[in-house]
Formats: sequence, C-alpha cells, structure tokens
Amino acid sequence: MKQPMFQTIYPYLRTNKKFPNVWCPGCGNGIVLGSLIRAIDRVGLSKDETAMISGIGCSGRLPVYVDFNTLHTTHGRALGFATGLKMARPEMKVIVIMGDGDALGIGGNHFIHAARRNIGLTVIIVNNLIYGMTGGQYSPATPTDSFATTAPYGHIEQTFDIARLAEAAGAPFVARSTVFHVFELEKLMEKALTKKGFAVVEAISNCHTCYGRQNGMSTPVSMLKWMRENSVPISAKDSKGEGKITRGILVDRDLPEYTELYDQVIERARAAGAEGLR
Amino acid sequence: MSGERFLQGNEACAEGALAAGARFFAGYPITPSSEIGEILSRRLPRVGGKFIQMEDEMSSLAAVIGASLGGLKALTATSGPGFSLMQENLGFAAAAEIPCVIVEVQRAGPSTGQPTSPSQGDVMQARWGTHGDHPIIVLAPSSVREFFNLTVRAFNLSEKYRTPVIVLADEVIAHMREKIALPAPGEIEVFDRMKPTVPPEWYFPFDDTTEVPPLASFGQGYRFNVTGVYHDKAGFPTMRPDEIEPWFERIFAKIEHHLDDIVEVEREMMEDAEIALVAYGASARSARSAMHAAREKDLKVGLVKLKTLWPFAEAAIDRVARKVGRIIVPEMNRGQVRLEVERVVAGRARVLGVNRYDGEIISPAQILSAIEE
Repeated sequence: MKQPMFQTIYPYLRTNKKFPNVWCPGCGNGIVLGSLIRAIDRVGLSKDETAMISGIGCSGRLPVYVDFNTLHTTHGRALGFATGLKMARPEMKVIVIMGDGDALGIGGNHFIHAARRNIGLTVIIVNNLIYGMTGGQYSPATPTDSFATTAPYGHIEQTFDIARLAEAAGAPFVARSTVFHVFELEKLMEKALTKKGFAVVEAISNCHTCYGRQNGMSTPVSMLKWMRENSVPISAKDSKGEGKITRGILVDRDLPEYTELYDQVIERARAAGAEGLR
Repeated sequence: MSGERFLQGNEACAEGALAAGARFFAGYPITPSSEIGEILSRRLPRVGGKFIQMEDEMSSLAAVIGASLGGLKALTATSGPGFSLMQENLGFAAAAEIPCVIVEVQRAGPSTGQPTSPSQGDVMQARWGTHGDHPIIVLAPSSVREFFNLTVRAFNLSEKYRTPVIVLADEVIAHMREKIALPAPGEIEVFDRMKPTVPPEWYFPFDDTTEVPPLASFGQGYRFNVTGVYHDKAGFPTMRPDEIEPWFERIFAKIEHHLDDIVEVEREMMEDAEIALVAYGASARSARSAMHAAREKDLKVGLVKLKTLWPFAEAAIDRVARKVGRIIVPEMNRGQVRLEVERVVAGRARVLGVNRYDGEIISPAQILSAIEE
C-alpha cells in the first residue's frame, strides 16, 4: 500500500532543491499536500495546465515543493492574484491554498468576494486553528476558550465557521475534513477539482507545535486523536454531531461561473460595437 | 480610435493603455481616477480583453499581477488612498519582476484630503511607498496628449525591464480636456516582453547572467516558482547571501544601466537661461506660462520639464546646476522634488520652491513673482 502511494506523489515533486521542507516534524501540511497531489493525479490534470497559488504562512510554502506553475504571493491576497490569472487563462486549473489566518483574517474580504463572484478556483483552506509561522497567536479560527500566545487567559472570541461563511457568500461547493480522515480529504479535494466555480475544501490540520502545545495536545498523535473524537460525518450530524465538527460535502449546487459569464460580456460588447452601447 | 478628438486626460490614458496592448484592468473606484476603469470596462471586452472591479485596491493590484503572469498586459488606476493600499503588492511586483502599470491620479492629501482637488503630494510615496529597497519607474504627464503617450511608454518600459511602472498624473491632467490627435495603431511603438526560447529544463526566470531575464507565461510549458521571498535564479526561496546579492544588484542594475532610455526630460529656452524652472505635471503648465511672461520682461528663464520622475533626472539637473544661478521648483506639495534637486545641485545654485498644498493649482503669476524676487 505504501509503495504505490509514494510512486503517485514522487513525479509531482520538485526534488532538485527544495527538500527537506520548512515544516515541523509531524505537521499536517504534508498530509494536505499529499492528499491534494493524489486528487490531482486522479482527476488527471496536466502539470502545465495547473497553477498553485498561496499566501503567507506555513501553508503558503506548499506550492514551492510541487512541479506546477506556482505562485507564492502576499499575506491574504492569494485570491486576488488567482482571480487575475484565472481571467487571463480560464483554461487553467487554478488551485489556491491558504491558511485560516490568511483566508479569513487578513484575506477575509477577498475570500467572501471571490466566493460571491463564483470564479472558477479550487480553494484549499488549511485550518490549523492558529497563526503557526509567527508562533501561536490566535486566528479567526481559534476555538473559543482555547489558549494562544496572545490569549494567555483564554480566547474570548467566536470563530468563523468557514463552511457557512463560504456558503452565505455564494460558493457552489463547500466541503470539510481533517488530516486524520486522509482518504476522505483526498476524495473531497477530487470532487472540488472537478466542480465548476469556486470550490472550497477546509482541511482541519494539526499544528501541535503552536496550537497543540498550548492546549494540552503537544504531539501530532494527540491532535489527530482530537480530530477523530471531535468530528462526525455529515450523515451522523443529527444523531452524534452535537458540538462537533461536521465532515463531508456541506454545499453542492450549480451556479454560473465568472469567467464563463465574462465570455458573454465579450460577446455582448462585440455585438454592441461602438454605437450600440447605451 | 485614431484621428483628432477632444479628450479628457483619463480618456487619453485609457486609449493609451489600449494602444499599448493592455488587455486586463482590475481596479477599485476612486476619485479622480474612476473614468479610466469605466472606459476600460466598455472598451476592453470589445477587443477580447477583460475588466474586473475588485473589492479593494490590494486585490486589484494582485489581480493585475496574476493576469500579467498569465501573459496579458495589465493595469490598474487609483488615487492616493488606494495607492497606499497597493504598496504591498507593488513591492511584490518589483521583487518578482512582473510587468504591470499603475496609474495614480494624485488628489489632495494626506488621508481623504480633498478628493476632487489637485495635488502632487505622492511623489515620494511613488518612490518609497513600499517597504524595502526596490527599483521603480515613475512617469509624470503634463498634458492630455502626454497622458496618452506616457501610458504607452509605461507599458513599454514595464515590458522591457520586467518591472512595475507608475504613471503619476494629477487631478488637473486627468480631468482637463484638450483636442489631441491620436496616432494610428501602426504609428505607435509597442514593446512586448521577451519570452524564453530555451527548453523548459534550461529556463531560469530570474537568471542572474542577464539583466532582464525573459518571462514565460503560466500555462505555457515553463513551470516555475514565483515568490516575494528572496529567491534564487529558479525562483526558489533562498537565504544564501551569494544568491540574494546578485539578484538584488541585478534588479537595480537593469534600471540604472538604462537611464538614457528611461529618464526623459524636455528643455525649453534653456540655451541662454539664467533662471531655470524645474517642473512636472500640471505645475509644468503654469511654469511654461510664467517662463513666457518672464521672457516678455527680458528675464532669461528656461524650463526643464521632468517626464520621468523616478529614477530622478540627475544628469539633466546636474547640467542645469552648472549653467544657472537660480532654480525654481514649483510643485503642489511642500517640496518633494525640490529635495531631489537640492541633492543634485549640492549648493552650486540657489534652489527655491514655489509650493501650494491648499487644493488649488499654482498660478503662473505665483511662479513669475518668485522669478522676479
């Protein structure tokens, strides 16, 4: 079982310079990236037609390791860069990887507007519940009452529910899983990659270094166990889901995609010509 | 749309962008630049180009950079407050060497200031607004026709040197109307970025053996990494000084080694001048009137008009310093270009400012009285 999985991933890696990676031993980012590569492989995307764009933070370093068109942007702005690239090259599969702070804090406004436009991007939010790269400050996804370096007396804010936020903003596809449920995560990413429009997958990940250590889960295993015990598949949401994280496809609907709509704008503009414009 | 037309400055800018081959605009409405986006929302789709109104200026410049990496010539337009929000991604474009054009129509500031009043207060923001040392090219139009020309030139320089270029206009030039003859498409020199000709496995997007490495577009078979982190010739993050320094040197050298091509000034009546006016943008128009009024009174006054603000026209100002006893710099700020003139003149001539920052333009009479002092 291990060998074929490795063989799937290896051809997608940039082995010439970039390893070992920047992440802590046991970091969930590796599981997220592995799942994403296997999903890309199964969908059958070519490397040339795939772009991977990230923001700033530990998750921002995912694209550099893989052999696609990769763009590591500024904090929170990955969706802006991705919007421009997707409009310039609608035929490309543009995958955006952001952290929770990246996507919901500094980039929160970009996130809701990109979802509202329904531009064809596959969006992976690596939610590790904390600002990891800067050392463990609370993020918009840090659970209430947990501890962070900037919440030494316990966190008093509510968290963003990424899935409900994306749904309300207009995303046609929203799914969630964790790095413990790795095969499920991979399948959800595969579905997102084949969905037309703004498709969001929230991958709850372990930052045992910065979140776990401050909250009684200082090893990767203890955090993975926490994910197993505190999440339920959407099918069991009503029976066992009280106070737990729901996993699975949370939103799946068909809405017109932005770059396809813009092609209609081009047609209308050309038909109208210089005189026909109101 | 060539031929003679009665155009507003912002219209001429939009025409210039289209003539230069721009096919993407992303922006956020802000007075006094909004017409540029409005016009391009109508015109771009007619030529197969694309327009998007983003949620703010940060994502606007981000989208412009993304589209440029996708192979389109791209621009945004804004004013001071929006330009402040773009500084982060402006630095990204400079560091990652992504061609793009930012049109900034200055209005009175700081802060919200007076949105419909003219100013030239963003000269230093255009130079140093983003964090960290970085090269930048800034052009300043002083007429409607020049707004067209310099927008074309901004794209050409941006493509040629793989760098962001700022067109620093002001509210007067943006909103005034002049009859201008637009050149026919064939009459305009248009420069397109160099694309790699080597096989993908030999391609280094940040090759340090050449000043301006060719830039492949995403999706064309050259898979590479682009980052705002210090990077090596392949675009991979690096912390090695022996990789950082050559990159840093190169992104400055590619501009500094080509000042003859980049820095443009116009000299008028400087042959016998004893007093020089150094001006740019709307203030250059008042300066020219003042020069003619002074000549009527037999005062030997000349004009050096800066069409490139950054890199600063050191050679041209040096020539002036060796020739005249007095240099007057009229500008709608508290003396931002005057500081640069003083630096170059280094005491060889008296340098005086004529400054106004109350939302009104500098009148020729105001400059004339400084000449006659």
